[in-house]
Amino acid sequence: MQIHISPNDGVPIYQQIVNQVKYLTASGRLTAGEQLPPVRKLAEQVLVNPNTVARAYRELESAGVLTTRRGAGVFVAEGVSPLSRREQTRILQERLDQLLAEARQMDVDVETLVKLLRQRNTKMGNGE
Amino acid sequence: MPDTVINVQNLTRQFRRTTALDDVSLEVPAGIVMGLVGGNGAGKTTLIKHLLGLLKAKTGSVHVFGLDPVRDPVGVLGRIGYLSEDRDLPQWMRVDELLNFTQAYFPNWDPAYATELRETFDLDPKQRVKSLSRGQTARLGLLTALAHRPPLLVLDEPSSGLDAVVRRDILAAIIRTVADEGRTVLFSSHLLDEVDRVADRVAMLHNGRLVLSDNLQTVLDGHSRLTLRFAEPCETRPSLPGALSCDGSGHEWTVICNGQIDELRAAATSQGAEVVEQAKPSLDEVFVARVHQGRSPLDLNTEVNP
Repeated sequence: MQIHISPNDGVPIYQQIVNQVKYLTASGRLTAGEQLPPVRKLAEQVLVNPNTVARAYRELESAGVLTTRRGAGVFVAEGVSPLSRREQTRILQERLDQLLAEARQMDVDVETLVKLLRQRNTKMGNGE
Repeated sequence: MPDTVINVQNLTRQFRRTTALDDVSLEVPAGIVMGLVGGNGAGKTTLIKHLLGLLKAKTGSVHVFGLDPVRDPVGVLGRIGYLSEDRDLPQWMRVDELLNFTQAYFPNWDPAYATELRETFDLDPKQRVKSLSRGQTARLGLLTALAHRPPLLVLDEPSSGLDAVVRRDILAAIIRTVADEGRTVLFSSHLLDEVDRVADRVAMLHNGRLVLSDNLQTVLDGHSRLTLRFAEPCETRPSLPGALSCDGSGHEWTVICNGQIDELRAAATSQGAEVVEQAKPSLDEVFVARVHQGRSPLDLNTEVNP
């Protein structure tokens, strides 16, 4: 499991870990039942305080993404939709806001943007 | 108090007319990483020297493991692994000689661990200390601080002037030390992103005064950054209650505050401003806001952050 912390992007470190684990499970790079590294190991790997990792794991557990099996470790939860609808909307909205801001700066209107989005979608569909 | 490793009460220190420490009280519980932050000349090194018994408390008290570091240097220093800012190692020794020499001072020295660290850090035992690069000197200093597995690790500006690879080694050492149960780390730094990564608690010194000492998460969660947009451009810095700092020009001003958001929003509205963005500031921004607090606006405009 690869987690990357960027120091100055304004998102708290535990939140960066939470977001990335959620992303990894949503994109299938972490599968249900897969074991995550212990708190201490991940802390040493990404060079953050162990309590920060523990906090991220706790949040992921209460969000239903991870489960702790006593004595065995931390695992990706089984059969749970990894990203809630709200979470999906939140992540997408953030990206869309950035895209819209850039488009506006380039004087590209929304219709053109939507057209471009469709084009890209078709292209990606053909690529697979 | 076995759970308080460092206990400093009302410590004041003057060097001639300069006040290096001004009524500083700080407690560090066992098992945490304490980040001591402050600009150059804020008093970080002076505070650390008191912990090591290199300076004697004239006003106030200093206890480490419940002991006075000046009266009981053996009891205190034997339990501290210390990496000084200038890493003053004897230049004429070879690496293996220095390790033997240092080992003699520490009954708990772990030779197997020392060898393991020496190999990890890629230090040649036959090399002279004076011919080591700056990064290798820092690694050697770190090795001597770690090899007796001290219950308290004290690092004074461990990262200053080092490349990213050596800085990683130092951060990893801090994390490994605290992950071992019950061990405590105090490190000073002006690299706030490093403090953000590894510290549990943070203490900010400015001009010898402790301006903030709290859980890092509490500090980060408690502060907010508001961006205000005024209908009419402001020629002078707007005065807002609860604002630790206010920077900007013309229509847009950025305010850092600690709590008190409702009052601040109300004041902004009454002055004809709209809150266009609210976010969590980084530790860096909190530090700059805290340190600029109490200065005249003129200072703010002319001086670069320390």
